[in-house]
Amino acid sequence: MLTKILQTLSPATAISPVQPERYSPSIMRMRKIWDIHGGIHPPENKTQSLGERIRQAGIPAQLILPLSQHIGAAAVPIVKVGDQILKGQCIARAEGLVSVPVHAPSSGCVVAIENRPIPHPSGLDDLCIVIDTDGHDRWRERNPVENFASCDKQTLLGIIRDAGIAGMGGAGFPTGFKLNVRDAREIDTLVLNGTECEPYITSDHALMRERAEEIAEGIAILAQLLQPREILLGVEDNKLDVVAGLQSALQAHDFNALSQRDCIVEVVTFPTKYPSGGEKQLIEILTGKQVPSGRLPADLGIVCQNLGTAVAIADAVLRDIPLISRITTITGEAVDRPCNLEVLLGTPVEYLLQQCGFRAGENNRLVMGGPMMGFALLDTRVPVIKTSNCILAPTEAELPKPPAAQPCIRCGFCAEACPASLLPQQLYWFAQGKELEKLEQHNIADCIECGACSYVCPSNIPLVQYYRAAKAEIRERDRDMQQAEYAKQRFDARQERLQRLEQEKQAARKARQAKAAARSKQSGDADPKAAAVAAALARVEAKKVEAKKAQAANSAEDDPVQRALLKRKAQQQAEAADPQAALQQKVDSAKARLEKAETRLADAQAENSEHLAAFEAAVQKGREKLAAAEQALAQPKEKSTDQPASN
Amino acid sequence: MIEFLFSHPIASALLALLLLGAAFGAVLGFGAISFKVEGDPIVDQINAILPQTQCGQCGYPGCKPYAEAIANGDAINKCPPGGDAGIHALADLLDVEPIALDDEHGVEDVRKVAYIREAECIGCTKCIQACPVDAILGAAKQMHTVIVSECTGCDLCVEPCPVDCIDMLPVETGTRAWSWNLPDAHQNPADIIASDRDKPRAA
Amino acid sequence: MALTRITSPHAHAKQSTSQVMLWVALATLPGVAAMTLAFGWGTITNIVLAIAFGTALEALAMALRKRPPGFYLKDYSALVTALLLGIALPPYSAWWIILLGMFFAIIIAKQLYGGMGYNPFNPAMVGYVVLLISFPVEMTRWAAPLPLLGEVQAPGLLQSFGIAIGGSTFPIVDGFTMATPLDLVRQNSALMISDLKEEYAQFGSWGGTGWEWANGGFLIGGLLLLYKRIYTWHAPLGMLFSLALLSAIFYDGGSSASAGSPLLHLFSGATMLGAWFIVTDPVSSAVSNRGRLLFGLGAGALVFIIRKWGNYPDAVAFAVLLMNFIAPLLDHYTQPRTYGHT
Repeated sequence: MLTKILQTLSPATAISPVQPERYSPSIMRMRKIWDIHGGIHPPENKTQSLGERIRQAGIPAQLILPLSQHIGAAAVPIVKVGDQILKGQCIARAEGLVSVPVHAPSSGCVVAIENRPIPHPSGLDDLCIVIDTDGHDRWRERNPVENFASCDKQTLLGIIRDAGIAGMGGAGFPTGFKLNVRDAREIDTLVLNGTECEPYITSDHALMRERAEEIAEGIAILAQLLQPREILLGVEDNKLDVVAGLQSALQAHDFNALSQRDCIVEVVTFPTKYPSGGEKQLIEILTGKQVPSGRLPADLGIVCQNLGTAVAIADAVLRDIPLISRITTITGEAVDRPCNLEVLLGTPVEYLLQQCGFRAGENNRLVMGGPMMGFALLDTRVPVIKTSNCILAPTEAELPKPPAAQPCIRCGFCAEACPASLLPQQLYWFAQGKELEKLEQHNIADCIECGACSYVCPSNIPLVQYYRAAKAEIRERDRDMQQAEYAKQRFDARQERLQRLEQEKQAARKARQAKAAARSKQSGDADPKAAAVAAALARVEAKKVEAKKAQAANSAEDDPVQRALLKRKAQQQAEAADPQAALQQKVDSAKARLEKAETRLADAQAENSEHLAAFEAAVQKGREKLAAAEQALAQPKEKSTDQPASN
Repeated sequence: MIEFLFSHPIASALLALLLLGAAFGAVLGFGAISFKVEGDPIVDQINAILPQTQCGQCGYPGCKPYAEAIANGDAINKCPPGGDAGIHALADLLDVEPIALDDEHGVEDVRKVAYIREAECIGCTKCIQACPVDAILGAAKQMHTVIVSECTGCDLCVEPCPVDCIDMLPVETGTRAWSWNLPDAHQNPADIIASDRDKPRAA
Repeated sequence: MALTRITSPHAHAKQSTSQVMLWVALATLPGVAAMTLAFGWGTITNIVLAIAFGTALEALAMALRKRPPGFYLKDYSALVTALLLGIALPPYSAWWIILLGMFFAIIIAKQLYGGMGYNPFNPAMVGYVVLLISFPVEMTRWAAPLPLLGEVQAPGLLQSFGIAIGGSTFPIVDGFTMATPLDLVRQNSALMISDLKEEYAQFGSWGGTGWEWANGGFLIGGLLLLYKRIYTWHAPLGMLFSLALLSAIFYDGGSSASAGSPLLHLFSGATMLGAWFIVTDPVSSAVSNRGRLLFGLGAGALVFIIRKWGNYPDAVAFAVLLMNFIAPLLDHYTQPRTYGHT
């Protein structure tokens, strides 16, 4: 049976400016789409970068590959500094299930494995593999799959995992992990996200326009893998020019055969609105279902993949090209030639900006990602990574710096704009007051940080930052509470164990005494003298036990923890009483420790102990500490003499 | 009797008060028995707020004893690891005014964990005995190591070490642990709520 | 180029709180114009004095609180408060009445609670209610509608200012003040509505002479704000709906016990001002749309209850303040369903 690809325009009625004549009416079907709550319509600014076709960015002299370009554990390097490597060679393996490997985007030599600035909102450095390219771009040996339809699921998943593919829409979730659903046919709906709802970004648009065949191949592989009942390709109606191309490309594949059941494939268009490209939002638009809070789309039988990811899957399976490049939009008014570039991962941002005629003087900030969810870069040397869909270089007039925030007047514009139906103004108040329970009660966990609330806020309040900080606070509190609970358990267990050991000791002692008593009784008839000695011994023993008990009752002197605590208490009291004396005491204790260490060393030397070196080191350290303590003692004196002068 | 009451209003008032007192006393007594709360949950609630580092900086041998002390009226500001947040939570629970951390017991610090420089460890087990949460692994004459995930950062193991090979290192803050802070109130005149600032910056 | 850490989003809609406030101020103009036409220059003098006092008090409060006054005056919230109080006060109010009202509105009701955005009660209504309770005589003497003045000459603009600054309210001839239609309905429980209409010229066509115009003006301004999406329909329509519904239920065709027709209630007194400019105050009302609908319904019901059974002829200020009390409760019970929650 021939695949029947049902092409749909929806809603072809009032909302979208679609010309239905463009599609053959015989294969048209009306599909109901749903609306999401809220959303905004920021200026799209997409045409600037769509003037040209996708260009190759070329091979920069140096590639910087961060080991964590995805969500999950960082990859582990498997090359050494100085290794010659080939294009496509794996240079870092995945660590655990939620992780992906990293491959060399071009041939060359590993020159460093060190901390470098990476694209991250913190602006911190992270471990990167640095490759000096040789310009030859020599490939490793490649083994593409001839006929993917004959491959079983695990083989395909293995290829996807080994190719280092992580979601390319922005979050970077390991694709192999996301596609690894337990049972066949568990997934009813495969959603492909071609929404690209953020302003400025056109990398997916360019991909759909120019590489529809590859997208279709990727979708076919996904169909083979997941065997869905329907495949929905969601496209916003500002990209209608790509629909026909996608539909004809999809017709090249027999999806019924691939998914082994009747499979509907549709390109669904819907009105442009930010943030309809969020995974949860797109699922609601296309299926009317909401992903329950705290669960995954897979629980509804839905898997959502980005179109760029589909192309990466096709490349990996059919051409054995791991994920070593991606399409990145370079745009903004501070670049002369906005365009889409096919960029090798690890290419420094400054290299790309140069190619597009970057005017640094007019630029006011550099954003990786779009203007709604992207983060500001603090360094132009950071590389492009698997999730970098856009580099935005705006001028001050284009994206002005935020003015000072005014007070919140609870106008409610934010609640109108929130796609998660939250009450952003309330969350803001609670975040300000760090009322974590109230925040949870108002479902801050369901905030997708899309920024629609901040966009509409007339008071210019950086709401998203409040939510991010509040979420971090909640995470930290949860972690602390968990850790405290665990520590408490371990502390209680230890106390119990110590008590038990003590009881066992007592019991053993009693048993010994009883034995001795019995023995003395036996021999008592024979030797009264011995009996007297035994009795004396027993008395001594009893006294000892008594004394020990008293001691234990007093302060548990024999427990090292108690001892340390007592010491600390005394020290704290002294310190509080007189800081100068406390410093003096520190010097004294350092001296005492040094002396102790020296005697230990002498003992060790006498015994010719194996720990000689350790004790020597300890003596050395003791000296250093003593010197430091003495200095500390001397310093405040100087300060106290200085202070009156300066005042 | 009734006549007596009518003619002596003071006596009747006293009698009424007496009877009322007896009636309400009975109700309260009955309530105390039938609505009795088992155990001493306030100690557990306080203990749940304390950070369970068992560090003893409060002067009590562990968090539970300090919780009991607080329940018996000790100050709530003796726990440096709990910090300001902990004091506020305790103040909330006990319905008292939050007070500043008592410096005598230490200052709030970043979270730290113990780290044993393993090359220098001589395997004396002294630190293992000192650890209140059994977070140090090792045996006599064997190198010891700290199980980082279990370490509460109490630093009680530092003192007993004869070769001084234990360091308290701050927990690493890489890109994964990094998070956004609340926007800086000083940059926004509108964000100042709690107290008046001395020198506001003009917008 | 400055590479600084700026949080997303980087784009921002071109809209500011100051603009919102200015739109609200602008939208009062049709109503103010209608009131001026109906009751003379007294409304204008009220507004001018209120704005002057309000701005001065706001600046003073900001200076005392050690904040930049310029930044806070630019949000125009004091302007809107002053405008609303000036409209609500009887025309030709004395300067000290206005000053006192503005003091309670700006200093007590707003700044002492932490300034704009932190006030639990509507500042203009707090000022109004304090005045109404403290100076019932001055506050209930409403100027007669100009068309009914007849022989009496209404004061001109300069003369009006003279009256206000002179410190005496309505020093002019008798007949210059008149009972409002709502007063008449309250006070004359012996007369049928139709008799009332015949006897008193104040009743006009449906809401009372002059009052119909003013309410119509505020309705137009409110619809403009609705169109501009400054607020949603929930609070204003909620209030109008419950007021209309209750007055319809208790309207028995105009007997002596009746409290007047729904039209009279909708177009008389401060109904439209309250519905479109007072209950829509976002700061002191509920936050969610459902909450605001309930807020409006409650305010409308209270307006009718106080008008019919209460001690005051008009009730918008009391109704709104009472609803302000329960706004946090409404918030608690009207939290919208979040995505992915049932």
